[in-house]
Amino acid sequence: MTVQYNSVGSGAGRENLIAGASDFIGSDAYLDEEERAAVVDTCGDGGAYHIPVYISPVAVPYNLPGVDGLQLKPDTLAQIMNQDITVWNDPAIAEDNPDAELPDTEITVVHRSDDSGTTENFMEYLSAAAPDSWPHEADAAWPVQGEAAAQNTGVIQVINDNEGTIGYADASVVTGQAAAVGVGDEFVDFSPEAAAKVVDASEPADTGVEGDMALELARDTTESGAYPIVLVSYHVACSAYDDAERANLVKDFLAYVVSEDGQATAAEAAGSAPISESTRERALELIDTIQGG
Amino acid sequence: MTATPTPARRQPSSAKPVRRPGDLFFSSASIGSATIILLTLAGVAVFLLIEALPALTAPADEVSGGAGFAGYVWPLVVGTVVASLVAMVLATPVAVGIALFVSHYAPRRLGQSIGFVIDLLAAVPSVVFGMWGMSVFAPRLVPLYEWLEQNLGFIPLFADASTSGRTLMTASIVLAVMILPIITAVSREVFLQTPSLHEEAALALGATKWEMIRTAVLPFGMPGVIGGTMLGLGRALGETMAVAIILSPGIFTWNLIGSGNNTIPAEIALNFPEAAGLRLSELIAAGLVLFVITLAVNLFARWIVDRRAEFSGAN
Repeated sequence: MTVQYNSVGSGAGRENLIAGASDFIGSDAYLDEEERAAVVDTCGDGGAYHIPVYISPVAVPYNLPGVDGLQLKPDTLAQIMNQDITVWNDPAIAEDNPDAELPDTEITVVHRSDDSGTTENFMEYLSAAAPDSWPHEADAAWPVQGEAAAQNTGVIQVINDNEGTIGYADASVVTGQAAAVGVGDEFVDFSPEAAAKVVDASEPADTGVEGDMALELARDTTESGAYPIVLVSYHVACSAYDDAERANLVKDFLAYVVSEDGQATAAEAAGSAPISESTRERALELIDTIQGG
Repeated sequence: MTATPTPARRQPSSAKPVRRPGDLFFSSASIGSATIILLTLAGVAVFLLIEALPALTAPADEVSGGAGFAGYVWPLVVGTVVASLVAMVLATPVAVGIALFVSHYAPRRLGQSIGFVIDLLAAVPSVVFGMWGMSVFAPRLVPLYEWLEQNLGFIPLFADASTSGRTLMTASIVLAVMILPIITAVSREVFLQTPSLHEEAALALGATKWEMIRTAVLPFGMPGVIGGTMLGLGRALGETMAVAIILSPGIFTWNLIGSGNNTIPAEIALNFPEAAGLRLSELIAAGLVLFVITLAVNLFARWIVDRRAEFSGAN
């Protein structure tokens, strides 16, 4: 058996699943209502299952020599990102960092120049956690004019090259300073465990499919030790396949991906957070209900 | 030299020229090649048209930016053309200077090695230019941009300096370096072709070296220089990776030294991986626009070269 990885974007992947060109896909977002209605044609009346397989924190890297362990409340972060706060010694930042000596350097916000699921997830977090300070609707493209760079690595490169910068990027590529984010009354640094925690605290999304594991991520969580800026990637597979052999192959592959071994391999290769034991149990149950023939 | 005996088979009386299998083979091979290239171009054009159609006919508010496809694409067109023109303006004088030095000033050995080094520049992958431009070159341009802003800030082109230097101006300068070898190579070759009779005649009439170059070499080489420049412009118009890495893209602005603007190839390369449906169609339609621009530039270049050829004395 060959599983071929076709590296297209999440949007194109979901199109492929609906068109029947791919047997299962990986996507940074679950199928929206329109897509869920369309996928019934290829996947049968049961629709498609979402299985969370890849959890990755989105970090807030910055470059400010002499200021380590920067802490930002959601509202402060949103105002910086929206360029309402433009200098590093702004009173709002000072209030979050009582012990830090903040310079009067101008803030340069670095965002992704390519359409990206990281951008979309980060904006979803800002909308949920700081609705008063973040007026923009979540989208794959960044809404505020500023410094932009291609891919996660490009963003990190620009931040490391230029003092006074701040941005957002997948945690796996962060090499320098990164801010701790306000959750409730404390500040939480990004880590795989803290990201997995927010996934466990999240409510299932209503996709109309029995047992589906699509998540309404609790980005405004106040749970202690949870890091709320996460990107969850799903494997989306049909609930039923025409061909029994095909169904078995998909089931075997997905079972490996969520297995301890598969998750450890992913964590090693991409720095993602392994899914929790309870998520794994539910995922295996769901995978087992995939029908063939 | 000994006289070659006339082949016995030759029949000089015959009105029809002799055709051997080789003639037939090579004429059909070259016709075939010409047809294939035309078919390929036509295929590309048809593909672009079909894939672009949804974006071209979509309601204005569904296209990115909400102002229809024309509203989406014109800032990209301006960005592409401005970046390429600036690159061309910067590169051409330097390239002609290098070509003249190599062909007429430098000692033979030195000229050859300089020509070799310049050719080597064309072999550097554009990603390397991009990385270098972004991490090494752009930060070093920041003081220049700040100076431009302070002293020439009243010109909209130099309104607001970027703090990282990742601007359309930086992209243009790197593009200029990238197209330098193309223009230099073509110019050098045509300058070397200048009939020595012309050069000697100019010198015999008392012309200095510079006057000889001005009156004999440059008029003879002008169509070639223009041709090389247009080849360079074509490369600059289509350059993708270097621009995508160096430029910090954003909304359209006349300001060349701040972040903002984008070019069509960079826009396509950046957004293609996540594009689906109408967005994909938009990007392909932008590619179609670039295709048309490149075609127009080449036709224009051909027209200039043909027109100049009549006066150059080259014929």
